[in-house]
Amino acid sequence: MSATPTLSPNPIADLRQLFTFPFMVNALAAGTIVAVLAGIVGWYVVLRRQTFASHTLSVMAFPGATGAALAGLPAALGYYVACTVGAVAIGRFGGGTARRQGESAVIGTVQTVGLAAGFLFLSLNQAVLGGPETLLFGTFLGITRGQVIVLLLVAIGALITLTALARPLVFASVDREVARAGGVPVAALDALFLIVLGLAIAATSQLTGALLVFALLVAPAAAAQQLTLRPVAGLVLSVAFALLTIWLALAIAYFSIYPVGFYVTTIGFVIYLLARLAGAKRR
Amino acid sequence: MTETTLPHPTTAAPAVALRDAAITIRGRQILSDVSLTIPQGEFVAVLGPNGAGKSTLMKAILGLVPLAAGSIDVLGRPPQQARAQIGYLPQRQTFDAATRVRGIDLVSLGLDGARWGVPVPLTPRARRRRRDERRRVAEVIELVGAAGYAHRAVGELSGGEQQRLLIATALVRRPRLLILDEPLDSLDLPNQAAVAGLIRRVASTEDVAVLLVAHDVNPLAAYLDRVVYLAGGHALCGDVNEVINAPTLSDLYGTQIEVLRTSDGRLVVVGHPEAPHHHGHRHG
Repeated sequence: MSATPTLSPNPIADLRQLFTFPFMVNALAAGTIVAVLAGIVGWYVVLRRQTFASHTLSVMAFPGATGAALAGLPAALGYYVACTVGAVAIGRFGGGTARRQGESAVIGTVQTVGLAAGFLFLSLNQAVLGGPETLLFGTFLGITRGQVIVLLLVAIGALITLTALARPLVFASVDREVARAGGVPVAALDALFLIVLGLAIAATSQLTGALLVFALLVAPAAAAQQLTLRPVAGLVLSVAFALLTIWLALAIAYFSIYPVGFYVTTIGFVIYLLARLAGAKRR
Repeated sequence: MTETTLPHPTTAAPAVALRDAAITIRGRQILSDVSLTIPQGEFVAVLGPNGAGKSTLMKAILGLVPLAAGSIDVLGRPPQQARAQIGYLPQRQTFDAATRVRGIDLVSLGLDGARWGVPVPLTPRARRRRRDERRRVAEVIELVGAAGYAHRAVGELSGGEQQRLLIATALVRRPRLLILDEPLDSLDLPNQAAVAGLIRRVASTEDVAVLLVAHDVNPLAAYLDRVVYLAGGHALCGDVNEVINAPTLSDLYGTQIEVLRTSDGRLVVVGHPEAPHHHGHRHG
Protein backbone atom coordinates (compact mmCIF):
# COMPACT_ATOMS: atom_id res chain seq x y z
CA MET A 1 0.00 0.00 0.00
CA SER A 2 1.70 3.13 -1.20
CA ALA A 3 -0.88 5.67 -0.12
CA THR A 4 -3.65 5.44 2.42
CA PRO A 5 -6.87 4.77 0.52
CA THR A 6 -9.45 7.47 0.93
CA LEU A 7 -13.19 7.48 0.47
CA SER A 8 -14.42 9.46 -2.50
CA PRO A 9 -17.97 10.79 -2.94
CA ASN A 10 -18.49 8.18 -5.66
CA PRO A 11 -19.46 4.83 -4.11
CA ILE A 12 -18.91 2.91 -7.36
CA ALA A 13 -15.34 4.18 -7.54
CA ASP A 14 -14.87 3.26 -3.88
CA LEU A 15 -16.13 -0.23 -4.57
CA ARG A 16 -13.80 -0.56 -7.55
CA GLN A 17 -10.95 0.67 -5.40
CA LEU A 18 -11.56 -2.27 -3.03
CA PHE A 19 -10.66 -4.72 -5.77
CA THR A 20 -7.57 -2.89 -7.03
CA PHE A 21 -4.96 -4.58 -4.90
CA PRO A 22 -4.38 -8.34 -4.92
CA PHE A 23 -4.04 -8.39 -1.12
CA MET A 24 -7.54 -6.96 -0.81
CA VAL A 25 -8.97 -9.42 -3.36
CA ASN A 26 -7.40 -12.24 -1.34
CA ALA A 27 -8.84 -10.80 1.88
CA LEU A 28 -12.33 -10.56 0.38
CA ALA A 29 -12.11 -14.09 -1.01
CA ALA A 30 -10.87 -15.46 2.32
CA GLY A 31 -13.56 -13.49 4.19
CA THR A 32 -16.30 -14.87 1.96
CA ILE A 33 -15.15 -18.47 2.37
CA VAL A 34 -14.74 -18.08 6.11
CA ALA A 35 -18.13 -16.40 6.52
CA VAL A 36 -19.99 -19.22 4.76
CA LEU A 37 -18.16 -21.84 6.81
CA ALA A 38 -18.49 -20.01 10.14
CA GLY A 39 -22.15 -19.19 9.50
CA ILE A 40 -23.06 -22.85 9.03
CA VAL A 41 -20.79 -24.37 11.69
CA GLY A 42 -21.84 -21.59 14.08
CA TRP A 43 -25.51 -22.48 13.65
CA TYR A 44 -24.72 -25.94 15.01
CA VAL A 45 -22.54 -24.47 17.79
CA VAL A 46 -25.45 -22.35 19.03
CA LEU A 47 -27.89 -25.26 18.72
CA ARG A 48 -25.50 -27.55 20.62
CA ARG A 49 -24.51 -24.83 23.13
CA GLN A 50 -20.85 -25.45 22.56
CA THR A 51 -19.78 -21.83 22.61
CA PHE A 52 -17.38 -22.38 25.49
CA ALA A 53 -15.73 -25.33 23.75
CA SER A 54 -15.40 -23.24 20.59
CA HIS A 55 -13.88 -20.39 22.53
CA THR A 56 -11.27 -22.80 23.83
CA LEU A 57 -10.53 -24.10 20.35
CA SER A 58 -10.11 -20.55 19.11
CA VAL A 59 -7.65 -19.80 21.90
CA MET A 60 -5.72 -22.90 20.76
CA ALA A 61 -5.14 -21.13 17.45
CA PHE A 62 -2.77 -18.75 19.24
CA PRO A 63 -0.16 -21.30 20.43
CA GLY A 64 -0.67 -23.08 17.13
CA ALA A 65 0.34 -20.09 15.08
CA THR A 66 3.19 -18.97 17.33
CA GLY A 67 4.48 -22.54 17.70
CA ALA A 68 4.48 -23.05 13.95
CA ALA A 69 6.36 -19.81 13.43
CA LEU A 70 8.91 -20.84 16.04
CA ALA A 71 9.42 -24.13 14.22
CA GLY A 72 9.80 -22.27 10.94
CA LEU A 73 6.50 -23.53 9.52
CA PRO A 74 3.64 -21.51 8.02
CA ALA A 75 1.40 -20.01 10.71
CA ALA A 76 -1.70 -21.31 8.88
CA LEU A 77 -0.49 -24.88 9.34
CA GLY A 78 -0.17 -24.17 13.06
CA TYR A 79 -3.78 -22.95 13.17
CA TYR A 80 -5.13 -26.11 11.59
CA VAL A 81 -2.99 -28.53 13.61
CA ALA A 82 -3.57 -26.86 16.99
CA CYS A 83 -7.34 -26.53 16.54
CA THR A 84 -7.70 -30.13 15.37
CA VAL A 85 -5.58 -31.45 18.24
CA GLY A 86 -7.60 -29.30 20.65
CA ALA A 87 -10.85 -30.68 19.20
CA VAL A 88 -9.67 -34.27 19.61
CA ALA A 89 -8.53 -33.54 23.18
CA ILE A 90 -11.85 -31.99 24.17
CA GLY A 91 -13.74 -34.81 22.49
CA ARG A 92 -11.62 -37.43 24.23
CA PHE A 93 -11.40 -35.95 27.72
CA GLY A 94 -14.06 -33.27 27.84
CA GLY A 95 -16.83 -35.45 29.24
CA GLY A 96 -19.58 -37.44 27.58
CA THR A 97 -22.37 -35.17 26.48
CA ALA A 98 -22.38 -32.02 24.49
CA ARG A 99 -24.02 -30.25 27.39
CA ARG A 100 -21.39 -31.36 29.86
CA GLN A 101 -18.56 -30.60 27.47
CA GLY A 102 -19.55 -26.96 27.75
CA GLU A 103 -18.94 -26.93 31.46
CA SER A 104 -15.99 -29.20 31.81
CA ALA A 105 -13.00 -28.08 33.81
CA VAL A 106 -10.88 -29.87 31.23
CA ILE A 107 -11.84 -27.25 28.69
CA GLY A 108 -10.85 -24.39 30.96
CA THR A 109 -7.53 -26.03 31.70
CA VAL A 110 -6.71 -26.68 28.05
CA GLN A 111 -7.58 -23.08 27.28
CA THR A 112 -5.26 -21.56 29.91
CA VAL A 113 -2.34 -23.81 29.05
CA GLY A 114 -2.82 -23.02 25.37
CA LEU A 115 -2.79 -19.29 25.97
CA ALA A 116 0.31 -19.53 28.16
CA ALA A 117 2.14 -21.74 25.66
CA GLY A 118 1.32 -19.29 22.90
CA PHE A 119 2.75 -16.46 24.93
CA LEU A 120 5.94 -18.48 25.58
CA PHE A 121 6.40 -19.32 21.87
CA LEU A 122 5.89 -15.67 21.06
CA SER A 123 8.50 -14.53 23.59
CA LEU A 124 10.98 -17.05 22.21
CA ASN A 125 10.35 -15.74 18.74
CA GLN A 126 9.67 -12.02 19.10
CA ALA A 127 11.74 -11.07 16.07
CA VAL A 128 9.71 -13.04 13.53
CA LEU A 129 6.18 -12.33 14.69
CA GLY A 130 6.45 -8.78 15.94
CA GLY A 131 3.63 -8.66 18.45
CA PRO A 132 0.71 -10.77 19.55
CA GLU A 133 -1.91 -8.31 18.34
CA THR A 134 -2.49 -9.68 14.86
CA LEU A 135 -2.61 -13.27 16.09
CA LEU A 136 -5.07 -12.43 18.84
CA PHE A 137 -7.14 -9.73 17.18
CA GLY A 138 -6.79 -10.43 13.49
CA THR A 139 -5.57 -8.79 10.33
CA PHE A 140 -6.62 -8.79 6.70
CA LEU A 141 -3.20 -7.89 5.40
CA GLY A 142 -0.87 -10.43 3.92
CA ILE A 143 -3.33 -13.19 3.12
CA THR A 144 -1.76 -15.13 0.28
CA ARG A 145 -3.39 -16.83 -2.66
CA GLY A 146 -2.14 -20.17 -1.31
CA GLN A 147 -3.88 -19.47 2.00
CA VAL A 148 -7.13 -18.72 0.17
CA ILE A 149 -6.94 -22.02 -1.73
CA VAL A 150 -6.32 -23.98 1.47
CA LEU A 151 -9.24 -22.15 3.12
CA LEU A 152 -11.46 -23.12 0.20
CA LEU A 153 -10.44 -26.79 0.40
CA VAL A 154 -10.93 -26.91 4.17
CA ALA A 155 -14.34 -25.24 3.84
CA ILE A 156 -15.47 -27.64 1.11
CA GLY A 157 -14.37 -30.65 3.19
CA ALA A 158 -16.06 -29.35 6.33
CA LEU A 159 -19.29 -28.49 4.54
CA ILE A 160 -19.50 -31.87 2.76
CA THR A 161 -19.07 -33.55 6.14
CA LEU A 162 -21.76 -31.37 7.71
CA THR A 163 -24.14 -32.05 4.83
CA ALA A 164 -23.75 -35.78 5.35
CA LEU A 165 -24.27 -35.45 9.09
CA ALA A 166 -27.03 -32.84 8.91
CA ARG A 167 -30.11 -34.55 10.33
CA PRO A 168 -28.49 -36.98 12.78
CA LEU A 169 -26.39 -34.10 14.12
CA VAL A 170 -29.46 -31.91 14.66
CA PHE A 171 -31.27 -34.86 16.24
CA ALA A 172 -28.38 -35.62 18.60
CA SER A 173 -28.06 -31.92 19.45
CA VAL A 174 -31.75 -31.43 20.24
CA ASP A 175 -32.48 -34.68 22.05
CA ARG A 176 -29.45 -36.82 22.67
CA GLU A 177 -31.16 -39.72 24.45
CA VAL A 178 -33.97 -40.13 21.96
CA ALA A 179 -31.49 -39.90 19.09
CA ARG A 180 -29.29 -42.57 20.66
CA ALA A 181 -32.29 -44.84 21.12
CA GLY A 182 -33.18 -44.25 17.47
CA GLY A 183 -29.81 -45.61 16.36
CA VAL A 184 -27.90 -42.34 15.94
CA PRO A 185 -24.20 -42.79 16.90
CA VAL A 186 -24.17 -39.75 19.19
CA ALA A 187 -20.63 -40.16 20.57
CA ALA A 188 -19.08 -40.45 17.11
CA LEU A 189 -21.07 -37.40 15.99
CA ASP A 190 -19.77 -35.40 18.97
CA ALA A 191 -16.17 -36.20 18.08
CA LEU A 192 -16.62 -35.56 14.37
CA PHE A 193 -18.40 -32.26 14.91
CA LEU A 194 -15.64 -31.04 17.22
CA ILE A 195 -13.07 -31.68 14.48
CA VAL A 196 -15.18 -29.80 11.92
CA LEU A 197 -15.51 -27.03 14.50
CA GLY A 198 -11.73 -26.99 15.05
CA LEU A 199 -11.11 -26.63 11.31
CA ALA A 200 -13.72 -23.87 10.99
CA ILE A 201 -12.14 -22.00 13.87
CA ALA A 202 -8.64 -22.40 12.46
CA ALA A 203 -9.92 -20.96 9.19
CA THR A 204 -11.80 -18.09 10.82
CA SER A 205 -9.05 -17.07 13.20
CA GLN A 206 -6.68 -16.36 10.30
CA LEU A 207 -8.83 -13.31 9.61
CA THR A 208 -10.34 -12.40 12.95
CA GLY A 209 -7.51 -13.47 15.24
CA ALA A 210 -7.80 -16.10 17.94
CA LEU A 211 -9.85 -14.04 20.37
CA LEU A 212 -12.42 -12.56 18.00
CA VAL A 213 -13.53 -15.76 16.22
CA PHE A 214 -16.86 -15.46 17.98
CA ALA A 215 -17.84 -12.43 15.97
CA LEU A 216 -18.18 -14.63 12.87
CA LEU A 217 -18.87 -18.01 14.44
CA VAL A 218 -21.45 -17.30 17.11
CA ALA A 219 -22.93 -13.82 16.67
CA PRO A 220 -24.47 -14.38 13.19
CA ALA A 221 -25.84 -17.81 14.15
CA ALA A 222 -27.23 -16.55 17.45
CA ALA A 223 -28.87 -13.63 15.63
CA ALA A 224 -30.38 -16.02 13.07
CA GLN A 225 -31.83 -18.25 15.79
CA GLN A 226 -33.47 -15.22 17.36
CA LEU A 227 -35.32 -14.57 14.12
CA THR A 228 -36.37 -18.00 12.93
CA LEU A 229 -36.96 -21.47 14.31
CA ARG A 230 -36.75 -23.16 10.92
CA PRO A 231 -33.46 -24.99 10.43
CA VAL A 232 -32.93 -24.17 6.74
CA ALA A 233 -33.96 -20.52 7.12
CA GLY A 234 -31.72 -20.29 10.18
CA LEU A 235 -28.70 -21.60 8.29
CA VAL A 236 -29.32 -19.24 5.37
CA LEU A 237 -29.74 -16.21 7.66
CA SER A 238 -26.67 -17.16 9.67
CA VAL A 239 -24.52 -17.28 6.53
CA ALA A 240 -26.06 -14.02 5.28
CA PHE A 241 -25.25 -12.25 8.55
CA ALA A 242 -21.71 -13.61 8.56
CA LEU A 243 -21.16 -12.44 4.97
CA LEU A 244 -22.60 -9.01 5.74
CA THR A 245 -20.34 -8.75 8.78
CA ILE A 246 -17.10 -9.66 7.05
CA TRP A 247 -17.75 -7.69 3.86
CA LEU A 248 -18.68 -4.52 5.73
CA ALA A 249 -15.78 -4.95 8.15
CA LEU A 250 -13.24 -5.46 5.37
CA ALA A 251 -14.55 -2.49 3.40
CA ILE A 252 -14.45 -0.19 6.41
CA ALA A 253 -11.04 -1.47 7.51
CA TYR A 254 -9.67 -0.82 4.04
CA PHE A 255 -10.48 2.86 4.29
CA SER A 256 -9.52 3.24 7.93
CA ILE A 257 -6.42 2.92 10.02
CA TYR A 258 -8.03 0.81 12.73
CA PRO A 259 -7.91 -3.01 12.89
CA VAL A 260 -10.41 -5.22 11.08
CA GLY A 261 -11.08 -7.27 14.22
CA PHE A 262 -12.77 -4.32 15.86
CA TYR A 263 -15.12 -3.79 12.92
CA VAL A 264 -15.97 -7.49 12.60
CA THR A 265 -16.84 -7.68 16.26
CA THR A 266 -18.82 -4.46 16.36
CA ILE A 267 -20.87 -5.27 13.26
CA GLY A 268 -21.52 -8.80 14.54
CA PHE A 269 -22.62 -7.38 17.87
CA VAL A 270 -24.94 -4.81 16.28
CA ILE A 271 -26.57 -7.48 14.08
CA TYR A 272 -27.10 -9.70 17.13
CA LEU A 273 -28.55 -6.81 19.11
CA LEU A 274 -30.99 -5.87 16.34
CA ALA A 275 -32.01 -9.51 15.91
CA ARG A 276 -32.66 -9.83 19.64
CA LEU A 277 -34.81 -6.73 19.62
CA ALA A 278 -36.72 -7.94 16.56
CA GLY A 279 -37.09 -11.41 18.07
CA ALA A 280 -38.35 -10.04 21.39
CA LYS A 281 -40.88 -7.87 19.60
CA ARG A 282 -42.27 -10.84 17.68
CA ARG A 283 -42.77 -12.99 20.78
CA MET B 1 -48.09 -64.24 36.45
CA THR B 2 -50.74 -64.30 33.76
CA GLU B 3 -49.88 -65.63 30.35
CA THR B 4 -52.96 -64.61 28.41
CA THR B 5 -51.52 -64.29 24.93
CA LEU B 6 -54.19 -62.85 22.68
CA PRO B 7 -53.60 -63.86 19.08
CA HIS B 8 -52.76 -60.73 17.07
CA PRO B 9 -54.24 -60.34 13.61
CA THR B 10 -50.86 -59.92 11.89
CA THR B 11 -48.44 -61.84 14.05
CA ALA B 12 -48.94 -63.95 17.11
CA ALA B 13 -45.65 -62.94 18.75
CA PRO B 14 -46.13 -60.98 21.98
CA ALA B 15 -44.82 -57.41 22.16
CA VAL B 16 -42.42 -58.40 24.93
CA ALA B 17 -41.62 -61.81 26.37
CA LEU B 18 -39.06 -62.34 29.14
CA ARG B 19 -38.19 -65.79 30.45
CA ASP B 20 -36.19 -66.14 33.67
CA ALA B 21 -34.38 -62.94 32.77
CA ALA B 22 -31.66 -61.52 35.02
CA ILE B 23 -29.83 -58.21 34.66
CA THR B 24 -26.51 -57.47 36.32
CA ILE B 25 -24.83 -54.08 36.14
CA ARG B 26 -21.22 -53.74 37.28
CA GLY B 27 -21.48 -56.91 39.31
CA ARG B 28 -24.66 -55.85 41.08
CA GLN B 29 -27.75 -57.90 40.41
CA ILE B 30 -30.60 -55.56 39.52
CA LEU B 31 -33.28 -58.08 38.54
CA SER B 32 -33.55 -61.86 38.48
CA ASP B 33 -36.07 -64.54 37.53
CA VAL B 34 -38.21 -62.08 35.61
CA SER B 35 -40.76 -63.85 33.44
CA LEU B 36 -43.53 -61.87 31.83
CA THR B 37 -45.45 -61.57 28.60
CA ILE B 38 -46.95 -58.39 27.19
CA PRO B 39 -49.37 -59.06 24.33
CA GLN B 40 -49.42 -56.69 21.37
CA GLY B 41 -51.59 -53.60 21.64
CA GLU B 42 -51.82 -53.57 25.44
CA PHE B 43 -51.30 -50.59 27.71
CA VAL B 44 -49.07 -51.67 30.61
CA ALA B 45 -47.70 -49.66 33.52
CA VAL B 46 -44.31 -50.58 34.98
CA LEU B 47 -44.43 -49.74 38.68
CA GLY B 48 -42.17 -50.06 41.69
CA PRO B 49 -40.09 -48.04 44.13
CA ASN B 50 -37.06 -45.97 43.13
CA GLY B 51 -34.08 -48.11 42.22
CA ALA B 52 -36.21 -51.20 41.59
CA GLY B 53 -34.79 -51.45 38.07
CA LYS B 54 -37.67 -50.06 36.03
CA SER B 55 -35.52 -48.00 33.67
CA THR B 56 -32.96 -50.80 33.47
CA LEU B 57 -35.64 -53.27 32.41
CA MET B 58 -36.76 -50.84 29.71
CA LYS B 59 -33.17 -50.54 28.47
CA ALA B 60 -32.94 -54.33 28.30
CA ILE B 61 -36.09 -54.40 26.18
CA LEU B 62 -34.49 -51.78 23.93
CA GLY B 63 -31.37 -53.93 23.65
CA LEU B 64 -29.20 -51.30 25.34
CA VAL B 65 -28.45 -53.49 28.37
CA PRO B 66 -27.56 -57.20 28.00
CA LEU B 67 -29.18 -59.95 30.03
CA ALA B 68 -27.06 -61.90 32.49
CA ALA B 69 -29.36 -64.89 32.22
CA GLY B 70 -32.63 -65.96 30.62
CA SER B 71 -34.05 -64.68 27.37
CA ILE B 72 -35.90 -61.71 26.00
CA ASP B 73 -37.95 -61.42 22.83
CA VAL B 74 -39.36 -58.19 21.51
CA LEU B 75 -42.02 -58.63 18.83
CA GLY B 76 -40.74 -62.15 18.34
CA ARG B 77 -37.11 -61.13 17.77
CA PRO B 78 -33.98 -60.29 19.75
CA PRO B 79 -34.24 -56.70 21.06
CA GLN B 80 -31.58 -55.21 18.77
CA GLN B 81 -33.41 -56.45 15.70
CA ALA B 82 -36.70 -55.05 16.92
CA ARG B 83 -35.31 -51.56 17.57
CA ALA B 84 -36.78 -50.01 14.44
CA GLN B 85 -40.22 -51.01 15.69
CA ILE B 86 -39.84 -49.53 19.15
CA GLY B 87 -40.67 -45.92 19.96
CA TYR B 88 -38.79 -44.76 23.05
CA LEU B 89 -39.21 -41.75 25.29
CA PRO B 90 -36.40 -41.71 27.88
CA GLN B 91 -36.71 -40.52 31.42
CA ARG B 92 -35.86 -36.86 31.15
CA GLN B 93 -35.86 -33.32 32.24
CA THR B 94 -37.93 -30.96 30.15
CA PHE B 95 -36.42 -28.90 27.35
CA ASP B 96 -35.04 -25.68 28.73
CA ALA B 97 -36.34 -22.33 27.62
CA ALA B 98 -33.43 -21.72 25.24
CA THR B 99 -34.28 -24.70 23.01
CA ARG B 100 -34.96 -22.92 19.73
CA VAL B 101 -36.49 -25.82 17.83
CA ARG B 102 -40.09 -26.11 16.70
CA GLY B 103 -42.25 -28.96 17.88
CA ILE B 104 -42.94 -30.01 14.33
CA ASP B 105 -39.20 -30.28 13.60
CA LEU B 106 -38.76 -32.40 16.71
CA VAL B 107 -41.46 -34.79 15.54
CA SER B 108 -39.93 -34.88 12.03
CA LEU B 109 -36.58 -35.85 13.55
CA GLY B 110 -38.34 -38.81 15.12
CA LEU B 111 -39.14 -39.91 11.58
CA ASP B 112 -35.94 -39.17 9.63
CA GLY B 113 -33.43 -37.91 12.22
CA ALA B 114 -31.26 -41.00 11.88
CA ARG B 115 -30.92 -40.64 8.10
CA TRP B 116 -27.65 -39.32 6.68
CA GLY B 117 -27.42 -36.59 4.10
CA VAL B 118 -29.83 -33.83 3.23
CA PRO B 119 -33.23 -34.55 1.74
CA VAL B 120 -33.42 -33.24 -1.81
CA PRO B 121 -36.51 -34.82 -3.38
CA LEU B 122 -35.60 -35.01 -7.06
CA THR B 123 -37.65 -37.94 -8.30
CA PRO B 124 -41.46 -38.14 -8.18
CA ARG B 125 -41.07 -41.10 -5.86
CA ALA B 126 -38.95 -39.09 -3.43
CA ARG B 127 -41.45 -36.25 -3.57
CA ARG B 128 -44.30 -38.63 -2.82
CA ARG B 129 -42.36 -40.08 0.08
CA ARG B 130 -41.70 -36.58 1.38
CA ARG B 131 -45.39 -35.77 1.16
CA ASP B 132 -46.32 -38.98 2.97
CA GLU B 133 -43.84 -38.18 5.70
CA ARG B 134 -45.20 -34.66 6.15
CA ARG B 135 -48.71 -36.08 6.34
CA ARG B 136 -47.62 -38.62 8.94
CA VAL B 137 -46.00 -35.88 11.07
CA ALA B 138 -49.19 -33.80 10.90
CA GLU B 139 -51.25 -36.89 11.74
CA VAL B 140 -49.40 -37.76 14.96
CA ILE B 141 -49.32 -34.11 16.03
CA GLU B 142 -53.08 -34.07 15.57
CA LEU B 143 -53.41 -37.37 17.42
CA VAL B 144 -51.68 -36.04 20.54
CA GLY B 145 -53.57 -32.76 20.32
CA ALA B 146 -50.47 -30.63 19.72
CA ALA B 147 -51.54 -28.96 16.47
CA GLY B 148 -52.12 -25.65 18.23
CA TYR B 149 -48.52 -25.21 19.32
CA ALA B 150 -46.41 -27.44 17.06
CA HIS B 151 -44.96 -24.40 15.30
CA ARG B 152 -43.68 -22.77 18.46
CA ALA B 153 -40.27 -23.36 20.06
CA VAL B 154 -40.44 -26.42 22.34
CA GLY B 155 -38.53 -24.53 25.03
CA GLU B 156 -41.44 -22.09 25.38
CA LEU B 157 -44.05 -24.80 25.91
CA SER B 158 -45.41 -26.19 29.17
CA GLY B 159 -44.34 -29.58 30.50
CA GLY B 160 -47.58 -31.19 29.34
CA GLU B 161 -47.28 -29.72 25.85
CA GLN B 162 -43.67 -30.87 25.57
CA GLN B 163 -44.66 -34.34 26.73
CA ARG B 164 -47.35 -34.61 24.05
CA LEU B 165 -44.86 -33.61 21.36
CA LEU B 166 -42.35 -36.15 22.67
CA ILE B 167 -45.01 -38.86 22.55
CA ALA B 168 -45.73 -37.83 18.96
CA THR B 169 -41.98 -38.05 18.22
CA ALA B 170 -41.88 -41.58 19.62
CA LEU B 171 -44.99 -42.55 17.63
CA VAL B 172 -44.23 -41.08 14.26
CA ARG B 173 -42.43 -44.12 12.84
CA ARG B 174 -45.45 -46.35 13.52
CA PRO B 175 -43.76 -48.48 16.18
CA ARG B 176 -45.37 -51.69 17.38
CA LEU B 177 -44.11 -51.05 20.90
CA LEU B 178 -43.89 -47.72 22.73
CA ILE B 179 -41.69 -47.41 25.80
CA LEU B 180 -42.33 -44.29 27.88
CA ASP B 181 -40.07 -43.78 30.89
CA GLU B 182 -41.93 -41.69 33.48
CA PRO B 183 -43.76 -39.44 31.04
CA LEU B 184 -46.12 -38.26 33.79
CA ASP B 185 -43.43 -37.34 36.27
CA SER B 186 -43.08 -33.65 35.46
CA LEU B 187 -46.81 -33.03 35.02
CA ASP B 188 -49.49 -31.67 37.32
CA LEU B 189 -52.46 -33.90 38.14
CA PRO B 190 -54.93 -32.74 35.47
CA ASN B 191 -52.21 -33.15 32.85
CA GLN B 192 -51.27 -36.59 34.21
CA ALA B 193 -54.86 -37.74 33.75
CA ALA B 194 -55.08 -36.17 30.30
CA VAL B 195 -51.82 -37.70 29.07
CA ALA B 196 -52.79 -41.11 30.51
CA GLY B 197 -56.08 -40.95 28.59
CA LEU B 198 -54.21 -39.87 25.49
CA ILE B 199 -51.85 -42.84 25.71
CA ARG B 200 -54.81 -45.21 26.10
CA ARG B 201 -56.32 -43.72 22.94
CA VAL B 202 -52.99 -43.96 21.10
CA ALA B 203 -52.59 -47.62 22.07
CA SER B 204 -55.97 -48.38 20.51
CA THR B 205 -55.92 -46.20 17.40
CA GLU B 206 -52.29 -46.92 16.48
CA ASP B 207 -52.51 -50.53 17.65
CA VAL B 208 -49.27 -50.23 19.57
CA ALA B 209 -48.30 -51.88 22.86
CA VAL B 210 -47.31 -49.31 25.49
CA LEU B 211 -44.96 -49.86 28.41
CA LEU B 212 -45.19 -46.85 30.69
CA VAL B 213 -42.87 -46.48 33.66
CA ALA B 214 -44.61 -44.67 36.52
CA HIS B 215 -44.40 -43.96 40.21
CA ASP B 216 -48.09 -43.72 40.79
CA VAL B 217 -50.65 -46.14 39.40
CA ASN B 218 -53.62 -43.93 40.25
CA PRO B 219 -53.80 -41.56 37.28
CA LEU B 220 -53.38 -44.61 35.03
CA ALA B 221 -55.48 -47.27 36.76
CA ALA B 222 -58.64 -46.68 34.76
CA TYR B 223 -56.84 -47.07 31.43
CA LEU B 224 -54.46 -49.97 32.01
CA ASP B 225 -54.67 -53.50 30.63
CA ARG B 226 -52.16 -54.71 33.20
CA VAL B 227 -49.28 -53.71 35.44
CA VAL B 228 -45.74 -54.96 35.88
CA TYR B 229 -44.59 -54.39 39.45
CA LEU B 230 -40.87 -54.47 40.27
CA ALA B 231 -39.56 -54.78 43.82
CA GLY B 232 -36.88 -56.69 45.66
CA GLY B 233 -35.14 -57.66 42.41
CA HIS B 234 -38.18 -59.47 41.05
CA ALA B 235 -41.21 -58.70 38.94
CA LEU B 236 -44.91 -59.48 38.93
CA CYS B 237 -47.25 -59.08 36.02
CA GLY B 238 -51.03 -59.07 36.01
CA ASP B 239 -54.06 -56.79 36.09
CA VAL B 240 -54.13 -53.95 38.60
CA ASN B 241 -56.13 -55.67 41.35
CA GLU B 242 -54.36 -58.97 40.88
CA VAL B 243 -50.96 -57.37 41.58
CA ILE B 244 -51.61 -54.37 43.80
CA ASN B 245 -52.97 -56.11 46.87
CA ALA B 246 -51.50 -56.76 50.30
CA PRO B 247 -50.62 -60.49 50.03
CA THR B 248 -49.09 -60.28 46.54
CA LEU B 249 -46.96 -57.21 47.23
CA SER B 250 -45.92 -58.48 50.68
CA ASP B 251 -44.67 -61.59 48.97
CA LEU B 252 -42.80 -59.59 46.33
CA TYR B 253 -41.16 -57.16 48.77
CA GLY B 254 -40.56 -59.90 51.35
CA THR B 255 -41.98 -57.62 54.05
CA GLN B 256 -45.43 -56.69 55.34
CA ILE B 257 -47.18 -54.40 52.88
CA GLU B 258 -50.60 -52.84 53.15
CA VAL B 259 -52.70 -51.67 50.24
CA LEU B 260 -55.36 -49.15 51.14
CA ARG B 261 -58.19 -48.02 48.95
CA THR B 262 -59.34 -44.46 49.51
CA SER B 263 -62.98 -43.47 49.30
CA ASP B 264 -62.44 -42.07 45.80
CA GLY B 265 -60.98 -45.39 44.64
CA ARG B 266 -57.28 -44.49 44.75
CA LEU B 267 -54.78 -47.18 45.71
CA VAL B 268 -52.18 -46.44 48.36
CA VAL B 269 -49.30 -48.83 49.00
CA VAL B 270 -47.96 -48.55 52.55
CA GLY B 271 -45.12 -50.17 54.40
CA HIS B 272 -42.28 -50.82 52.02
CA PRO B 273 -38.80 -49.81 53.11
CA GLU B 274 -38.19 -47.00 50.67
CA ALA B 275 -40.69 -44.14 51.03
CA PRO B 276 -42.59 -44.41 47.78
CA HIS B 277 -43.86 -41.56 45.69
CA HIS B 278 -47.19 -43.09 45.18
CA HIS B 279 -48.87 -42.17 48.35
CA GLY B 280 -49.08 -38.50 47.76
CA HIS B 281 -52.07 -36.98 49.52
CA ARG B 282 -53.13 -35.52 46.28
CA HIS B 283 -56.57 -35.71 44.85
CA GLY B 284 -57.26 -36.56 41.25
